[in-house]
Amino acid sequence: MKDTILKAHAAGRYALIPYITSGYPSPAKFWDTLAEVDAAGADIIELGIPFSDPVADGPVIEAASRQALADGVTLADTIRGLRERKGQFKAKIVLMGYANPFVQYGLDKLAADCAEAGVCGFVIPDLPLEETAEFREAFDAHGLSLITLVGQNTTYERMLEYAPYTREYVYVVSVLGTTGSVNDHMEIIADTMRRARKAFPDVALAVGFGLHHPDQLNALPEDARPDAAIFGTALLRHIAAGHPVADFFHPWLGE
Amino acid sequence: MKQLDNLSRPGYFGEFGGRYVPEILLPPLTELEEAIERIMPGEEYQAALHDLLENYCGRETPVTYCENLSKELGFNLYLKREDLLHTGAHKINNAIGQALLAKMMGKTHVIAETGAGQHGVATATAAAKFGLRCTVFMGAKDVERQAPNVQRMKLMGATVVPVQNGSCTLKDAINEALRYWISHQHDTLYVFGTAAGPHPFPTLVRNLQKVIGTEARAQMLAKTGRLPDYVVAAVGGGSNAIGMLYPFVPDEGVKLIGVEAGGTGEPGCENSAAINLGKPGILHGERTMLLQDAHGQIEESSSISAGLDYPGVGPEHVYLHSIGRAHYGIAYDQEALDAFKRLSRAEGIIPALESSHALAWVFSHAAEIPAGSNVLVNLSGRGDKDLAHALNHITLD
Repeated sequence: MKDTILKAHAAGRYALIPYITSGYPSPAKFWDTLAEVDAAGADIIELGIPFSDPVADGPVIEAASRQALADGVTLADTIRGLRERKGQFKAKIVLMGYANPFVQYGLDKLAADCAEAGVCGFVIPDLPLEETAEFREAFDAHGLSLITLVGQNTTYERMLEYAPYTREYVYVVSVLGTTGSVNDHMEIIADTMRRARKAFPDVALAVGFGLHHPDQLNALPEDARPDAAIFGTALLRHIAAGHPVADFFHPWLGE
Repeated sequence: MKQLDNLSRPGYFGEFGGRYVPEILLPPLTELEEAIERIMPGEEYQAALHDLLENYCGRETPVTYCENLSKELGFNLYLKREDLLHTGAHKINNAIGQALLAKMMGKTHVIAETGAGQHGVATATAAAKFGLRCTVFMGAKDVERQAPNVQRMKLMGATVVPVQNGSCTLKDAINEALRYWISHQHDTLYVFGTAAGPHPFPTLVRNLQKVIGTEARAQMLAKTGRLPDYVVAAVGGGSNAIGMLYPFVPDEGVKLIGVEAGGTGEPGCENSAAINLGKPGILHGERTMLLQDAHGQIEESSSISAGLDYPGVGPEHVYLHSIGRAHYGIAYDQEALDAFKRLSRAEGIIPALESSHALAWVFSHAAEIPAGSNVLVNLSGRGDKDLAHALNHITLD
């Protein structure tokens, strides 16, 4: 995934990491929507696994999660769907979800099934470093990555604790808030990015939470810009409004 | 549980507990942990807390011998009277201790979650006392069901935020309070209401509530010349129970009983008995026993008692259960209602529906309790708040 990100970056753009909740906007339309997101220029896709109690998410993603649960979307069905379509996506796929559904699925089985389905890694927002051991053990056995998340209140020393366990890319949470929060403190983000760049010299940096347009990242000083941009809430809103998925990607692709 | 490397895992009770929260919530939890170590053992904090507990909250609370019921039951029933505390329940022990800590940490704002409203009222009370801003998150359904407590909180100057997400009850209020804390961590302390949640809350809340058991243990020794044979408390999240049971854990001869709420008792009914009927999982920052479906989605809990209505439970209870030191039983809605009426009639004490579950366990297990035993029950709160609700279900003849 790091190479995918750096390749996009070398081409003069941010690598694009869209988030979409499994089953969005409806189970019937989901796989086609995912294919559209892939075709529109995603480099990595974060596929959200719905959870009943998503504490790191704002109202838009929480609502998508609740709708998916009401529609009967499950982790097992999502993995099965990915396995059936293995090789059809050019983007790398990571699963983003809370710890409990993964634990109930069984971590060893999860890793084996995900590897078979072509998944590359996991983003688990309620799993700080101290609680990661059993997850990493299961994922490492199948070559899957657990993505490190840091924020503007993560010290350089804390980032260094994460560094030995960090693979592929770091997810920099740009706001002290939930997904979709307003993102307007550019100096603080710039400081965080510089800290992260120093602490994680060998992996790519992705910024997420509150992104909707590349101008937000271009406003950062050059040495504080990320390699990749993650967007979820803005994309879900765009899809919900009935706009073509590709339109969302145009500004990000310099079109 | 396997440990792969040298990362220390704080806040574990056996395999339960821990700190499953977003990384951006770790700094305020670490700040709280450091404040607990730095401020709480100090003379200034201890003297202030002692004074507040004695002169503001009304400690120590008495242990009452239930003469009439003891005659009926054939063993001696004693009640630890947390119902006599300021605000009417044990919740103030924790709220006053955490709010004092918030004040001494230099925080200006406290937030809390509440289900029935008792912890919200206790936190609003403490905040008013210390001149702190107070915001209470409460499920929209609970705001409707618990209107008098909402009015009490507002009267004392708190802002009550109705939470419209999910099941619109306690667990959603906790989610929303955690989210709010993420974005307001600089000036705000989350006063967690029960001995659950991410480390250090289970330990902090237990340490503030253990005054219940510490007092009761000394009182029983003074009154009866020996330790009680049974100590019984109701378990929702588990703060009154851990506060009562914890000081008795080293006393091997003392049987420790936690009582979970079984709901209506019909097969497959919604309940709040996470230890008896749940499975291990992760919610609200801790690994614990949870009511959940096969996919790890948290199920809605149910109980006649709003204060026990929670799909999880504090990790230390799960640990005490796992090592066999405490036994966790179940009382059903109707048994609790019967106990509510029975204590009121026999002793002139109206118990909270939460505490009624502990009494109900004692009444339904009376045949197994040897004659002459001393049975100590934590009467964690008064039942006035439950009157209207309970009277829908019981007849007064």
